[in-house]
Amino acid sequence: MSAPLLEIENLRVSFPTQKGIIDVVRGVSFTLGRERLGIVGESGSGKSMTGRAILKLIRAPGTIRADTFRFDGIDLLKQTEKAMRRIRGARISMVMQDPKFSLNPVMTVGEQIAEALQTHQRLSRRETQKRVLTMLEAVRIDDPERVAGLYPHEISGGMGQRVMIAMMLIPEPDLLIADEPTSALDVSVQAQVLDIIDEQVRRKGMGLIFISHDLNLVSSYCDRILVMNTGEIVEECQAGELRNAVHPYTRGLIAAIPRLDETRDELPVLDRSAWVAK
Amino acid sequence: MAQNGGRLRLLAFESETVADIAAKPARRPGFHRSRGARLLVGLAGFIVSVLITFLGLLAITFFIGRLVPIDPVLAVVGDRAPRAVYEAARLQMGLDQPVPIQFIRYVASVLSGDLGTSVSTGKLVLDDLKRVFPATLEMATLGIIIGVLLGVPMGVYAASRRGSLVDQIIRVIGLLGYAVPAFWLGLVGLAVFYARLKWVAGPGRLDIFYDGLIDPVTGIVLIDSLLAGETDIFFNALWHLALPASVLGFFSLAYIARMTRSFMLDQLSQEYVTTARVKGVSERLVIWRHAFRPILVPLITVIGLSYAGLLEGSVMIETIFSWPGIGNYLTVALLNADMSAVLGATLVIGAVFIGINKISDVLYRVLDPRAR
Repeated sequence: MSAPLLEIENLRVSFPTQKGIIDVVRGVSFTLGRERLGIVGESGSGKSMTGRAILKLIRAPGTIRADTFRFDGIDLLKQTEKAMRRIRGARISMVMQDPKFSLNPVMTVGEQIAEALQTHQRLSRRETQKRVLTMLEAVRIDDPERVAGLYPHEISGGMGQRVMIAMMLIPEPDLLIADEPTSALDVSVQAQVLDIIDEQVRRKGMGLIFISHDLNLVSSYCDRILVMNTGEIVEECQAGELRNAVHPYTRGLIAAIPRLDETRDELPVLDRSAWVAK
Repeated sequence: MAQNGGRLRLLAFESETVADIAAKPARRPGFHRSRGARLLVGLAGFIVSVLITFLGLLAITFFIGRLVPIDPVLAVVGDRAPRAVYEAARLQMGLDQPVPIQFIRYVASVLSGDLGTSVSTGKLVLDDLKRVFPATLEMATLGIIIGVLLGVPMGVYAASRRGSLVDQIIRVIGLLGYAVPAFWLGLVGLAVFYARLKWVAGPGRLDIFYDGLIDPVTGIVLIDSLLAGETDIFFNALWHLALPASVLGFFSLAYIARMTRSFMLDQLSQEYVTTARVKGVSERLVIWRHAFRPILVPLITVIGLSYAGLLEGSVMIETIFSWPGIGNYLTVALLNADMSAVLGATLVIGAVFIGINKISDVLYRVLDPRAR
């Protein structure tokens, strides 16, 4: 791995509530090179909040604190909102979960992709048009010219997610965060969308943070895995070594995955007392 | 609001079904009609739906008019008229006929442009309406322009700075719009801006020495005076309009700002707004391009209903400002049991509602690709 793209030490994301301040991310530390990192965890484990914190998209009154929070040598915590806007999209981008909600319903697909490009680069209309069509082709959309003129409600979920990927990759960022990119899709198109992300990330040598609740998916598409629970990283390992995980939470999760060749009548349920008591 | 929204949607739904039925053959495979023909069928469906709605409106106003415990004959002849005179008047008014026949006659006369004669003014109702409706139209249009131009930006701004001082102030203004009675605001406005500060003109549409100087072409003084090239009269009319239109504008502003704020708050929490931020789009564009554009459709409903409400004529405001508008006319007609005038004015108001609904309908399709 080359020099780290992202260095995070002791990241905390907190929200004030009526019962006091609640930390949803509690002291997360990791570094990331130009590699594929998976973050897994259940709902509310803080994995999505970690992703959004990297873009500094935690809305007030939420706050982000960290000892180190550097992207490519830039201290993200010190960046103004204006400086962050130059980083968002252009250098760090994020594929969101459900294209039904994450694409603007009143703008055509082409307009939305073009906007991602034009926000960061001054290009002629024709050049923009060309780049958009090339990008749509790169995410395996057959008839890019027709699709560019469609509205989000006129395309399928899988297509919508490919459009999302096109939109997030067109300014050629260095780091892509994929926040549950396939959770809203049918199983049949999940693999296709993941293959496209994988292909693009490899070709451009980007860093990828793949956030998911699906252990199997993450272990087959990533180099390294972080397991999160209640705002903390409980396990960190290479994808191939997931079987040797030591934390009881990870072991519990692995044990609960059904296998095709198994004869168990009942899948085990997570026993939270094993780690919560600590 | 919820009720009104329902009504609007109901009308929209109705027009679609009618248009659908009419347009069906064009969609069936095997029929390859040109685009123009399909457009024509759609237009025909649209017209049919307007006519059906209008007929329903006629029926409702007519039967309410007949159900009211008022004897229209007495209103004409007075209660001391001899029996023979009463009978003659009743016969002349066609009230001896069965109600369905009366209704058909009524529809026929309305379609031929005859709304009857007003008992209280002694003129044709149609002529009366031509005089009073433009007065209301003028004031309401200026009011809604003020309401939209100030209310929409206020709502958007308040939503984008949620919880800030400006947001609080805008919310208080919104509440005032609900809580303050129109007559109070009108009177205080007159006392302060007319009597004390002399910034605006007093009641009436024009100063007395300008009255009757220009021929009514449209009935809207601002337009007529310009057509006649009389800028003096134009500015005098504007001076007179300023206060009542501002009062009306304030009420629609309060409503529009409140609704815009809540629509925008809803939009700003949408995923695609976050998507835009992820792309690095500036906050101004996030707000106006990504959050504001999708709210145009519900906003048009709100503005349309607000405008239609103003066009009904605010009796309070028209009374306080001696404004010869339709609200005033309708109230006087009701008090005098002048049924032809009441029915005529109700029809105009109903037609305005239908018209605004239909315009909103068309605008929905222009603005929301999902509704096309």
